[in-house]
Amino acid sequence: MERHFQRELESLKTSLVKMGSVVEENFDRSIQSVMEKNTELADQVIESDIRVDALEIEIDNAIVDLLALQQPVASDLRFILAALKINNDLERISDHAVNIAQAAQTFCTLTNARVPEEIPQMAAITKTMLKEAIDSFILLNPSMAQKVLKTDDEIDDLNRIVTKKVIEVIKSNPETVECELESVRISRNLERIADLTTNIAEEVIFHTQARVVKHHAEEKKRSDA
Amino acid sequence: MKPIIETFHLNFFYGSFQALIDINLSIEGEKITALIGPSGCGKSTLVRVFNRMNDLIDGVRVEGRILVQGENIYSRETNLIVLREKVGMVFQRPNPFPLSVRDNLTFGLDIHQREHKNDYSEIIEQSLKDVLLWNDLKDKLNHSALNLSLEQQQRLCIARVLVMKPQIILMDEPCSALDPIATLRIEELMQELKKNYTIVIVTHNMQQAARASDMTAFLYIGELVEYGETKRLFSAPKEKRTEDYITGRFG
Repeated sequence: MERHFQRELESLKTSLVKMGSVVEENFDRSIQSVMEKNTELADQVIESDIRVDALEIEIDNAIVDLLALQQPVASDLRFILAALKINNDLERISDHAVNIAQAAQTFCTLTNARVPEEIPQMAAITKTMLKEAIDSFILLNPSMAQKVLKTDDEIDDLNRIVTKKVIEVIKSNPETVECELESVRISRNLERIADLTTNIAEEVIFHTQARVVKHHAEEKKRSDA
Repeated sequence: MKPIIETFHLNFFYGSFQALIDINLSIEGEKITALIGPSGCGKSTLVRVFNRMNDLIDGVRVEGRILVQGENIYSRETNLIVLREKVGMVFQRPNPFPLSVRDNLTFGLDIHQREHKNDYSEIIEQSLKDVLLWNDLKDKLNHSALNLSLEQQQRLCIARVLVMKPQIILMDEPCSALDPIATLRIEELMQELKKNYTIVIVTHNMQQAARASDMTAFLYIGELVEYGETKRLFSAPKEKRTEDYITGRFG
């Protein structure tokens, strides 16, 4: 017989998956709003973030209830702890999508504004990371989560390239400073989103395998031994 | 740390029914070890092996070696009275004798002729202090123990074990007749007692095992499925059967 508690856990997972899909959509729209200089899409991202905030509180409350009333242990406990953190990570990703959408709104006011060529590449990689992080949670697939962790370095490299390029452009052409600063803002927010997807992946590994992989914890443990 | 109780290939039979199957377990001293598992898994049988309480049941048979402080307790030379002084037991329901508080505490001492009567008052005071009953009962030592609350009765039963200065205290569901607050207070008492005693507790209540013990052994249909540090076993069990049991998916 399935326990009431198991149904509550399933319901928590469903809520997180729902939140994940809203966040993915916000992210896609924020990138589209930059590429197409579309203020309407940017407005939609900002508006939809309110829904994400409400979902975060709803999920937080469900988690508090489960912890207080069910005293979970083992994989159930790890799932709930992972859910608590993933909930927070998704909410932060949506906030970064809002930052990107706001950069798009500024872009729209600037004539001849264009993003560095690395931004679409960063956006594509980050989109895949976000999708795979959420999928790894839905499917409870630690190898998919591991793949997300490995991809993060590419985004860090691209972010550094964008920053370097922007500095050069500003030096040679100071009147583009406003536009270039928005490019840095977009790049930095993409880099933060990629970091948060790795947090989600780390939580999936913690939940499914009871391993702590964040901050290179396993390597440190081995070298301390 | 050297183990205080060890079992090697322990098999236990009630007639033709095998209640414990090839149990190899090593219990460390001055720790609380919880035995958990569904009804009929053998946890009460196992705890009763450690002071040979099962000897009183007809048709039981024990195979394997059981060492308490390095001595094989099922050898012919074992003196059961000495063994039970060393390994005390607290039962499910408080079972004070229908005697005064004082006589409950001195009963064992008289039987074992351990002390001269003159010395009892000090032992009584200390044992009641150890179970946090002294302030409540110091003026009621001649009152019947049956008039105490259930929690006080259970504390008195623990004190009755302590006067014999055992090394090991076995507890078979010691809180099952108590309310939640009394249960928490007995658990607090166990934390105090483990500074000087080794405690092995059988419990149906998994949250109690998680809260109160240092080590946990999970038994299922007579087998020891998993044994390890309580915090590890309740956060990341290695065996699927343990996981399924502690998360309530069976049992």
